[in-house]
Amino acid sequence: MNWRRSMLGLVVGLPLVALLGFGLTRDPARIPSPLPGKPAPDFSLPVMDGEGQVTLAALRGQVVVLNFWASWCLECRYEHRDLSRSAEAYEGKGVHFFGVLYNDTAENGRRWIEEMGGQSYPTLLDGGSRVAINYGLYGVPETFIIDQTGTVVHKQIGPITADRLAEMIDPLLAGEGRP
Amino acid sequence: MMPGLASALALAAVLQGGTPAAAPQRTPVIVEETKIDIQVREIASELRCPVCQGLSLQDSPSELAQEMRDVIRTQLEEGKTPDEVKAYFVASYGEWILLEPTAKGFNLAVYLLPVIVVIGGVVLLFVVARRWLGQTAAAANPPDALGEPDPDLAPWEDVSAR
Repeated sequence: MNWRRSMLGLVVGLPLVALLGFGLTRDPARIPSPLPGKPAPDFSLPVMDGEGQVTLAALRGQVVVLNFWASWCLECRYEHRDLSRSAEAYEGKGVHFFGVLYNDTAENGRRWIEEMGGQSYPTLLDGGSRVAINYGLYGVPETFIIDQTGTVVHKQIGPITADRLAEMIDPLLAGEGRP
Repeated sequence: MMPGLASALALAAVLQGGTPAAAPQRTPVIVEETKIDIQVREIASELRCPVCQGLSLQDSPSELAQEMRDVIRTQLEEGKTPDEVKAYFVASYGEWILLEPTAKGFNLAVYLLPVIVVIGGVVLLFVVARRWLGQTAAAANPPDALGEPDPDLAPWEDVSAR
């Protein structure tokens, strides 16, 4: 094989191999959300078991943990205990936990909570999935952590753990009072 | 006998693309599409369904896709332009939601690479074809045939002409 032909092969082949190799390093199922760093879309949703509405804008100055879940969602069962315990641990510390029922009926939601041994924070009803779409939801569970300024800090796809929650929330609480 | 014949005739008429009168119970319902219906369909075909594999919002039967189509309709009715509606979905879901990537940055590769490859192929074909043509021409007219008659062959020219 003459050198010109091998050079041509290298010039055409190497970038192609590099491009395909780069593709292998990327997981097509992991889609980066554009939300972290952006203002959290506001919402005003009714509480499933309780009175009135919860409005995100009214919670400015507090950390908000928003967990989308459904009774038909298997992975939601894995994270439920961690979420409930974390919500108890952060009670009165300027952190509010909310569940948002996604694509499900309140009746199924209540039965699920009972089956899981209770939920230490309120769940909100998102009829028509408008808030879910505003938050760019792909599925459940997904958890959004919103800081005191109303900015999305983190989006968790899949079940979240107590450790992960603390990792995200503690720095926000420590930085309270910063401009 | 007669009703059977009548229905057979009606069936034949329908099979032959007969008039609706032949099958009165199948009157087609004509739904007048409004401008917004058409816009919803167009936008939904350009957006990806988040809970499906490679389906557009228009083609997906999922509940979320249905609700997202409702969102498109609501926003259009509120007076948003199709581009603004798409920008809304990009803001919450990211560029990923667009079935056709925007021609910017790294995405440009998707649009430029095929053109470059086709042009490269044409150039390659041209070069190779020219070489082949050159070789065939050379084989058909070996240098001897073009040059002076070979004196050694001269005695045989008459023989071969005979």
